[in-house]
Amino acid sequence: MELALIIFLPFLGSLGAAFLPPNARNAEAWLAGAAALAATAITVSLYPQVAAEGVLRLNLPWAPALGLDISLRMDGFAWLFALLVTGMGTLVVIYARYYMSPADPVPRFFSFFLVFMGAMLGVVLSGHLIQMVMFWEMTSLSSFMLIAYWHHRGEARRGARMALTVTGAGGLALFGGVLLLGHIAGGYDLDTVLAAAPQVKAHPWYPAVLALIALGALTKSAQFPFHFWLPHAMSAPTPVSAYLHSATMVKAGVFLLARLWPVLAGTDAWFWIIGGAGLCSLVLAGYLAMFQQDMKGVLAYSTISHLGLITLLLGMNSELALVAAVFHIANHATFKASLFMAAGIVDHETGTRDLGRLSGLSRAMPLTAALAVVAAAAMAGVPLLNGFLSKEMFFAETVFLDRPDWQRFGLPLAATLAGVFSVAYSLRLIQRVFFGPPAQDLPHTPHEPTRWMLLPSALLVAACVLVGVVPELVIGPYLRTATGAILGADAPAYSLAVWHGFNTPLLMSFVALGGGALLHGALLARRGATTVPLLESIDGRHLFDVTLTALTTGAERALRRLSSPRLQMQMLLIFAVALGGALLLVKPFGIGWGANAPQPLDPAFALLWLVGGACALAVAWQAKYHRFAAVAFAGGAGLATSLTFVWFSAPDLALTQLTVEVVTTVLILLGLRWLPRRDERIAGPGGATPRLRRSRDILVAGGCGLGLAALAYAVLTRPAVDGIAPFFVQQALPQGGGLNVVNVILVDFRGFDTFGEITVLGIVALTVYALLRRFRPAPESMRLPDQQHEQDGDASPRDSQEAMLPAGAMMLPAVLVRLLLPLALLVSLFFLLRGHNAPGGGFVGGLILATAVILQYLVGGTHWVESRLRIHPLYWIAIGLLLAAAAGIGAAFAGAPFLTSQAWHGTLPVVGELHLSSVLLFDLGVYMLVVGATTLMLVAIAHQSLRSQHHRTATGDTR
Amino acid sequence: MEIVFALAIGVMAGSGIYLLLRPRTFQVIMGLSLLSYAVNLFIFGMGRLRSGAAPVLDATRGADAALYADPVPQALVLTAIVIGFAVTALLLVVLLAARGLSGTDHVDGREPERE
Repeated sequence: MELALIIFLPFLGSLGAAFLPPNARNAEAWLAGAAALAATAITVSLYPQVAAEGVLRLNLPWAPALGLDISLRMDGFAWLFALLVTGMGTLVVIYARYYMSPADPVPRFFSFFLVFMGAMLGVVLSGHLIQMVMFWEMTSLSSFMLIAYWHHRGEARRGARMALTVTGAGGLALFGGVLLLGHIAGGYDLDTVLAAAPQVKAHPWYPAVLALIALGALTKSAQFPFHFWLPHAMSAPTPVSAYLHSATMVKAGVFLLARLWPVLAGTDAWFWIIGGAGLCSLVLAGYLAMFQQDMKGVLAYSTISHLGLITLLLGMNSELALVAAVFHIANHATFKASLFMAAGIVDHETGTRDLGRLSGLSRAMPLTAALAVVAAAAMAGVPLLNGFLSKEMFFAETVFLDRPDWQRFGLPLAATLAGVFSVAYSLRLIQRVFFGPPAQDLPHTPHEPTRWMLLPSALLVAACVLVGVVPELVIGPYLRTATGAILGADAPAYSLAVWHGFNTPLLMSFVALGGGALLHGALLARRGATTVPLLESIDGRHLFDVTLTALTTGAERALRRLSSPRLQMQMLLIFAVALGGALLLVKPFGIGWGANAPQPLDPAFALLWLVGGACALAVAWQAKYHRFAAVAFAGGAGLATSLTFVWFSAPDLALTQLTVEVVTTVLILLGLRWLPRRDERIAGPGGATPRLRRSRDILVAGGCGLGLAALAYAVLTRPAVDGIAPFFVQQALPQGGGLNVVNVILVDFRGFDTFGEITVLGIVALTVYALLRRFRPAPESMRLPDQQHEQDGDASPRDSQEAMLPAGAMMLPAVLVRLLLPLALLVSLFFLLRGHNAPGGGFVGGLILATAVILQYLVGGTHWVESRLRIHPLYWIAIGLLLAAAAGIGAAFAGAPFLTSQAWHGTLPVVGELHLSSVLLFDLGVYMLVVGATTLMLVAIAHQSLRSQHHRTATGDTR
Repeated sequence: MEIVFALAIGVMAGSGIYLLLRPRTFQVIMGLSLLSYAVNLFIFGMGRLRSGAAPVLDATRGADAALYADPVPQALVLTAIVIGFAVTALLLVVLLAARGLSGTDHVDGREPERE
């Protein structure tokens, strides 16, 4: 349980941090510090258990059917890393409290900071590979948010985007690699994978697995040739650089390589890919670090170089090298984080990090200078500091490497060269910033920072010294547990002593120290230029930008070539592709007519569809210039459809189709007046092109129609399949308590679907309402339609309420329609109530009532109706939804799942025998929602005429 | 009967698709409406055509599934009709709003350049 708590605490803290006020720096720091410190404490307290039992596991079942559990696993190695993440996190929180300025929105900072901590702990403690990749992605995302923290700066945004692109692409490759690896190993569990090492290495996919996982790890750890993102990530706040980009996140790559070392290492491919990338990064980044002008730039390149060292060690296929790598991970984190903090302090107190401007700060800030000097010495590998020990182990490994001749000579030379660079850039950094004459034109006058800001740095430097002087005592047992966890029982013996006697590695160390000092004294100290000699032209960022631009323009070009911005063309392509695809399938599947004898043709039915088909064709023909005729013809086609439903035993469908038809027609008629005039006389020039286009469309449309018809006929002449229909027919009465099977399916068996559907209907109605609130009609449709104009004449001003009453010939229907409303209400209720046992139901009933209401509007006029009848469609929608939901939730009181129908059957004293069912409540909800939604939509469109009238009066346009 | 039913689907779908390919918004609405009739009939037809066998249980005939038309496609189509209405309404309003904003009823939101 403690394992879950370690990961859970930072996420919980993050949630809390996000909701604190923007200026609550102290509260944020306390919260984040408490979360980090608690996680650290738990991690520390787990050590005895880890040391004794080897591996702690926690499995929380999540989707057991898919073999997916939330699986946490802590062994010695994971423990060391978890301590690094939590401990360093605590220190950086303290530091950040004093680093961040009061103007910065700290909730965002600490919130993402803690998310990162939780994600990083997730990577370290995952016992399941896919789960680990998910946390891995989360670290990339939180790193993106933290680099772009000062998002008003262009470089921060660019750096963040570059980091995310590179690490995100790597994460994708890693995911692929992990999937392959898990497939080969027969499971994604880390223990399974670790146990399957021989199979993995012998598998033909091994090179692919290795390449993909290496891509993930190398991008994350900013290794050559993907190193270029890390220097640009330095636009993040310095606490982020210290924590993510030196101590923890960039170590995730090497962590992964070490974690999978037993499975993947030991082959030549591993040596060349991992070792090669490491060696290139080690030497190249060391060289580049000597010429950086920004303090953080030096540290960034030195980080790449040191990570290269670790990667190279891992790539050497030697167990002792692995020990050295793990040791150096810990050492590098301590001295580099401390140096970053020093760089942040200098930046904070002087306002600049430019090595060309800074000078002689040791007088103004002696404590900072002392701490930085010791940390830099550790970075350079000066004896009696921790950096010396792991570097010595590294030198020893290069000397005793078991490889062919030239590699045995080349590697120690390269290692010594990197050592020389490392000493030179460390010296240059310290000498430029802290020594020499005091700087003159700094933005702020430098002084020592508050002690709390120095404390984290001081603790880290103390660790550097302690490990350097008495390594066996301070880190020996922990290192042994960590390496033992990776290597198992056959871990090699090694000694962590400071003094091993005079030997080749010691000689190399002294050569590096002497050479570095010489290089610095002879060249760097006097050099004023700000460029990088020799390698100026090799710029990863430029390459990255060029690639990105090429990709973007290529995508744009391809899109232009492959697709059209015109919707008509896209639509045509969709239908053409659908038609072509369907035709391709006909041959292999041999779709022909079925063997069933067709039913004898009824002339009436044929006549019905003669009319219906003619109507459909007429719609297609008339829709352009004669909209009203098209609406009428569409109604004819709808009627034919409705009659077909009646013919083939679907009374419910026929009723619904009929009522929907009425409502749709009214709706479209209401919308008609807002469409622009389209007249044959003002049509554009005819000609061959439009005719050709129309013929092409007719061809495609005809083909699709014929295909659909053929498909329908092929199905209809085959015998019916039983499917699930018998279940519904047999269970409708016993389980649903209704005789109308369709209605029982809708409100009972598939009630959840219907519930979703009426929700959609409500949402659509609200959307229509909202869209029309901001509706701005086109200017030419603002004037009153000719018909209304003629009817009312110019003489009758339409501003008084009385004038809105229907006049003249409309009075008679107005009275009749008024009488119709209560009758319609009765009929609609009748359809609602009988729906369960006979054709009808909530949908039909609701549509009938809505039609009656809209009739009032049509005949009586909006003003007249609304001054007498108070309909609140929004309430109807809300109450309908609530009723349906209540009917569903009510089942919970009976201990049944959501929407299970509950019925009560009995006799009441006066009423007599009664059957009550929660289904009726549900159907009532449907009914009310349908009424509300339909009237809301229709009334919203109808109101536009009134609003434009107001608009006209307001602008003084009397026409 | 089946051949007429199938042809009816074909004619309505063909007209609907032709209208969907037209440039004016009103034509598209009408096309969508016709296409939804055709698709509804098509889905309904998947339960095969039977006359005089409405899926309303009759106590004298019992609950034998063979005696009734298939209720499942009917239930599906019923919801499809109602949702189709909602989609038509939404589309209509979106098109009206688009027309108010862009000043044209062309589907692309602007008049095409005459070649």
